[in-house]
Amino acid sequence: MGATAKNKHIIHGVFGDEVPMMEACKKLRASGIRIKDVFTPMPIHGLDGVIGLPRTRIAICAFIYGITGTSLATLMMWYMMVHDWPNDIGGKPTWAYYFAVPAFIPITFEATVFCAAHGMALTYFLRCWLVPGAKAKNPDPRTTDDKFLIYLELNDEQAKKAEEILKGNGAEEVNHKGSFVVEPSYVLEESH
Amino acid sequence: MNIDKLNFTVPSKAKLFAFALMGIGLISIVLMFLMDKENQEEHYHQYTRAWSNVFAGAFFFTALALAAAFFLGLQYAAEAGWSTTIKRVIEAVTMYLPWGLSLMMLLFIVGQFHGHHIYHWMQPGISTPGDHNYDPVIAEKSGYFGVFWWIRTILYMVGWLFFTFKLRKNSINADKLDIDVNNSYHWKNVKLGAWFMVLFAVTSSTSSWDWLMSIDTHWFSTLFGWYIFSGMWISAVVAITILVIWMKKIGYLEYVTESTIHDLGKWMFAISFLWTYLYFSQFMLIWYSNIPEEVIYFQTRWESYKALMWTVLFVNFAFPMIMLMSRDCKRNFFFLMFVGTIIFIGHYLDLIMIVMPGTVGHSWTGLSWMEFGTFFFFLGLFIYVVLNALTKAPLMVKNHPFLQESLHHST
Repeated sequence: MGATAKNKHIIHGVFGDEVPMMEACKKLRASGIRIKDVFTPMPIHGLDGVIGLPRTRIAICAFIYGITGTSLATLMMWYMMVHDWPNDIGGKPTWAYYFAVPAFIPITFEATVFCAAHGMALTYFLRCWLVPGAKAKNPDPRTTDDKFLIYLELNDEQAKKAEEILKGNGAEEVNHKGSFVVEPSYVLEESH
Repeated sequence: MNIDKLNFTVPSKAKLFAFALMGIGLISIVLMFLMDKENQEEHYHQYTRAWSNVFAGAFFFTALALAAAFFLGLQYAAEAGWSTTIKRVIEAVTMYLPWGLSLMMLLFIVGQFHGHHIYHWMQPGISTPGDHNYDPVIAEKSGYFGVFWWIRTILYMVGWLFFTFKLRKNSINADKLDIDVNNSYHWKNVKLGAWFMVLFAVTSSTSSWDWLMSIDTHWFSTLFGWYIFSGMWISAVVAITILVIWMKKIGYLEYVTESTIHDLGKWMFAISFLWTYLYFSQFMLIWYSNIPEEVIYFQTRWESYKALMWTVLFVNFAFPMIMLMSRDCKRNFFFLMFVGTIIFIGHYLDLIMIVMPGTVGHSWTGLSWMEFGTFFFFLGLFIYVVLNALTKAPLMVKNHPFLQESLHHST
């Protein structure tokens, strides 16, 4: 099938409560509509599964950062305390690393936590581009107060279907925020 | 909801299992006492290891029930919603407390009348100058031991039982009302729970000094109380987790969400780290400062209990860290049960490592059937008492403000 230029409509489904919003998400997904994003005033457990987001990889990052911290701390202490300038502190000589392992454990632990925590935070900020001077990418400022918003980018026929589902499931508003044209080379074959 | 499934009946298999454990345990205990002989060369008194084992078994499950009471009080004081559906299971575990404390009391009385030598300071003439048992260090502390020790012991027991029974009673009374308009019983329990936290904060430390640390009478560690507390807390959480998963498997507690059990898994993971943190903090400070009267504690362990020491550290720290780190592991309930069982045994071994060096000392010949046999007896008794307590009240609480939140709990 040759891809042609497609017109995509931006639709905001605004809800006053999380429960009908979640229901609407499930119905939308069941009828084969891809949900671009959902904006909510507070975190909602299980929402990522409902709207079909892939599982977060931040845990893997955390593990890698943590291991990095462990290695850096070990290397640092080995260099300082064993290689470069061995000491005999309180009858615990550091002629070899394993002589004084208990003394090294707190630093190893702290460095691991430090690297894991900072690495995770920085990764998160960069991935979401929450850098200094970044503009808020909020489609509707009311989602920071008391509204729940389903953000959709759909073609003509799906837009109609989505509007029905949203209205049928208690959406307070369904707002059309214009449309844009996707160049043919960017159009993927719809899997649904 | 199926109403039959709200009233628990003990499955006959479970009852048989509990009795089998108790039977095996009882035979082991009798054999253990028969085989325990005096050793003059090593200054080893007859029955010391046998009594120490019985003491460890009695203490472990008492402490576990006490920690469950703490956990219950914590849920109230923090006004936590996630745990409401498993509240009756936690309550059932706390109901072992009177049994455990009675056994402890019995052991203390036997000790006071010199039936066993677990407590060095209980020996006659220990603070009388000139007596062949005279020990100047203990004589200095004689005001703290003796009568004052007994007063404290009785106060702990009365205090803990008061709060445990009161929490349970309010919870059951709340069920008797059709609608509890102002959640009056709940708020009573919130207050009780908060006060119990205060009592527990002090008595969990002091009781472990009095009952466990005083075995090594000459040695002291301020961190010891927290170390014991973290150990009993994780044992309690593991017991609750295994009980919940098992009950779900045989068809009860169908309304307990996967997320609730996942949360219990998180507790298991977190408290394992708390335990490791406290264990290591105690060890490292003593190792580093190297003061003879402190180091002697670890010296005995390092010389005669090395294998046990490493086993305890591996099973209670490295094992849960590796096994419970990922979310999928905590959501796999068979896996969670397996890891929990290993940690549970690990913390029993930890207690053996705390008790034995002070009583058996260098006469220790390594772990044997005696430790496991005694453990089985108390485990059987614990299972029997807890399962019976579960039958006494519906498994789901009726008038609880966080019930709906708990039923829809998801993480």
